Amino acid sequence: MTIHTSLGRRNFLVSSAAVAGGFSLGFHVPFLDDGEANAQAVKELNAWVVIHPDDKVVIRIARSEMGQGTLTGLCQLVAEELECDWNKVTWEYPTPGENLARNRVWKNFSTGGSRGIRESNQYVREGGAMAREMLIAAAASQWKVPAAECSVANGVITHKDKKLTYGAVAAAAAQLEPPKEVKLKDPKDWKIAGKPLKRLDTVDKVTGKQIYGMDYTMPGMLVATVRACPVIGGKLKSFDAAKAEKMPGVKKILAIDGNAVVVVADTYWHAQSALAAVTSEWDVGELGKVQQATINASLKEGLDATEAFVGNKAGDAKAAIAGAAKKVEATYNFPYQHHVTMEPMNATARYTADKCEVWCGTQNGEAALAAASEASGLPVGKCDVYKLLLGGGFGRRGRSDYVRQAVLVAKEMPGTPIKLIWSREEDMTHCQYHPITMAKLTGGLDAQGNLVGLQIRISGQSILASLLPQNLQNGMDPVVFQGLMQSGVEAAYGYELPNLLVDHAMRNPHITAGFWRGVNVNQNAVYMECFMDELAAAAGQDPLAFRLKYLKPKWAAVLKAACDKAGYGKPLPEGHFHGISQVMGYGSYVAGVAEVSVSPDGTLKIHKITAATNPGHVVNPAQIERQVAGSFVYGLSAALYGEITVKDGVVEQTNFDSYNVMRIDEMPQVETVLVPTHDFWGGVGEPTIAVAAPAVLNAIAKATGKRVRNLPLMNQDLKKGA
Amino acid sequence: MAVLNVNGKALDHNAEPDTPLLWVLREQLGLTGTKYGCGISQCGSCTVHVDGVATRSCGVPVSAVADKKIVTVEALAANGTLNKIQQAWVALDVPQCGYCQSGMVMAATALLAANPKPTDADIDAAMTNICRCGTYQQVREAIHAAAKA
Repeated sequence: MTIHTSLGRRNFLVSSAAVAGGFSLGFHVPFLDDGEANAQAVKELNAWVVIHPDDKVVIRIARSEMGQGTLTGLCQLVAEELECDWNKVTWEYPTPGENLARNRVWKNFSTGGSRGIRESNQYVREGGAMAREMLIAAAASQWKVPAAECSVANGVITHKDKKLTYGAVAAAAAQLEPPKEVKLKDPKDWKIAGKPLKRLDTVDKVTGKQIYGMDYTMPGMLVATVRACPVIGGKLKSFDAAKAEKMPGVKKILAIDGNAVVVVADTYWHAQSALAAVTSEWDVGELGKVQQATINASLKEGLDATEAFVGNKAGDAKAAIAGAAKKVEATYNFPYQHHVTMEPMNATARYTADKCEVWCGTQNGEAALAAASEASGLPVGKCDVYKLLLGGGFGRRGRSDYVRQAVLVAKEMPGTPIKLIWSREEDMTHCQYHPITMAKLTGGLDAQGNLVGLQIRISGQSILASLLPQNLQNGMDPVVFQGLMQSGVEAAYGYELPNLLVDHAMRNPHITAGFWRGVNVNQNAVYMECFMDELAAAAGQDPLAFRLKYLKPKWAAVLKAACDKAGYGKPLPEGHFHGISQVMGYGSYVAGVAEVSVSPDGTLKIHKITAATNPGHVVNPAQIERQVAGSFVYGLSAALYGEITVKDGVVEQTNFDSYNVMRIDEMPQVETVLVPTHDFWGGVGEPTIAVAAPAVLNAIAKATGKRVRNLPLMNQDLKKGA
Repeated sequence: MAVLNVNGKALDHNAEPDTPLLWVLREQLGLTGTKYGCGISQCGSCTVHVDGVATRSCGVPVSAVADKKIVTVEALAANGTLNKIQQAWVALDVPQCGYCQSGMVMAATALLAANPKPTDADIDAAMTNICRCGTYQQVREAIHAAAKA
């Protein structure tokens, strides 16, 4: 069993005692049931680095690994400054409880918004550099020579003919005061960071040894499964468990939170079988009357509503369009999407009167800790969360609803560990879905085909209104404008237009909206980048040339890089067409060129995607390539198939048979071009998703003459003449 | 008590006959390398070999495989040596989150056993497993690499 928190417990007990002047936090030591319990305790060099006498380097990672490679990238950054032997690097998670107890020494645990590397690179590199200086100082002290005369490489400190390994001086170094400040390396000099190193978490994933939350087990553990009200926001009126109670393995049947029935049994299969035999009555009120058509009508009304929040404005777009030689208008939609992590939601919790512990995959360890505290009624200091690797996150595991449920059940059975597993059907129907929006775009062209005014009205759901209403700004959700914002390092609009108006008519159906990998950049890129092609066509200009008239340099450079690599403008095989798109999101600049063909019977084939990325600094080019290729699978799955719909207030899709996703036979060849400018830190887990759909839709328009404005594509007939 | 032939051993379990093989492997035999993803034979995360054939174990009642030889991902490496597919997977750093990869590795191993030099079309037909991280490009490369190894 591989769980990377075991060493953390032991190291922490020792090190925290030193840091806090003998104060022992007394954390439970959950995994010390093997030989490690007898291993000699090793004191940390600092929060980020522990070096064992045998030279093994343990790097602590606060962000969550969910496939995106942040774990390996952050270890590379620490190891780079540490100057250790990469082959001796291993890693562990500190817990959110430890973070809190140590005055948040590891800072932010939250793993979303492609922030893992771009937001923590500075302090993790400093952690590595400080540890290096302490190791050198310890060796110098032992040799009685000035530290400045020592050199270090690959975990070996050298002074003239004398050598010491890190393991030999780590214990002495851990007693030293850390240096007040350290100078970080110029990325030009990187030897470990910036290189296409292999991930640190691969082997166990191909042998079945990797333990995810779903696989976690404890002595005496019971397994629970849940059925919440099928209408999100509805309540449980009553349930009848008479039949289920008598079924094999059933231990307890209970209601939680006034909206869900839970069966606790000896196994998941017994729990699930018994839950199917529980009948339940729900109080859904008016929500039970909501249909997809009701939602769509409300959004449609918002397209022309007088009141809207202004997100980006320059000049006078309305006047410019009114006076333009040519007016172009189009309405697009983007339906609800589901994350569909491969591992359905689950968490294991154990509650006693003075302790609540949770084992789970989470993108936000501290939020999970807060949820455990709230659900258990115990102060956070008496709770902790032990993070396991995630079987996919994509934003879904940033929420802690499943943690809360597991703790509520565990609280009803003190002392018994409870693993709560959501069935795929429960997972599919109780998500925080990618919000639904529509957009009406209106552009004005002058007689020379220049874009003199652009208006974008977004109508639809706000994620903040759904999840974080306290973060609304005078009622406005600024996140809605991702990718269309005036400026900023997050998701700024790349076009310089004299007259622009982007506004949002907020329409919030009862379906909970949430953060879905790439978030609002996704649909905003579809709206903007498809409409730019429409405008270029109306102006009789090439889509690339048309864009380059307005794109700022960094946006233009990455688009040109993708087009150059793809051979945009050069002859393609018969029947093949290129479509392009670009966006800035999560701090990075990305662009894509899709090469597609559409057969006369309407069959779409995406042959190749060429994608360019400027993430500023490149920490692991091999992992960026994988994130980029994977982003197309995520983005194109949504474009081809992704659609959650509502009937009688209930999400209609329940599993992969009704919510299809892309498989290998539809996977285009993806070629990644990295064009880093080395002057900023951008994220790579999300931005590329946004260029997938518009590049393909623009290529389809070239191939068929049909402009698809309603997603997903499976609902569209691309047949000639259809 | 019933017996199941898993990874070359006769293992006892007490699951009801209609229990899906997946849950017997995971909850009775402790073989958690085989994953639950959908429960309706769609995603392939639960793929095992039943008499050498890649099979979605969530859709097979345990009673239907009582006299079959079942192999799970835990048994692919012989004496600690990864099989060709696993080696290619490691060499090409295929997994991202990794949750679907047990199933991918099982499906690819069965494919290569039946068809030592699969074409892209063979791979498309055999590898119907879902990966949400989108590792398909690396999966294809790794199968070709393993076929050449």
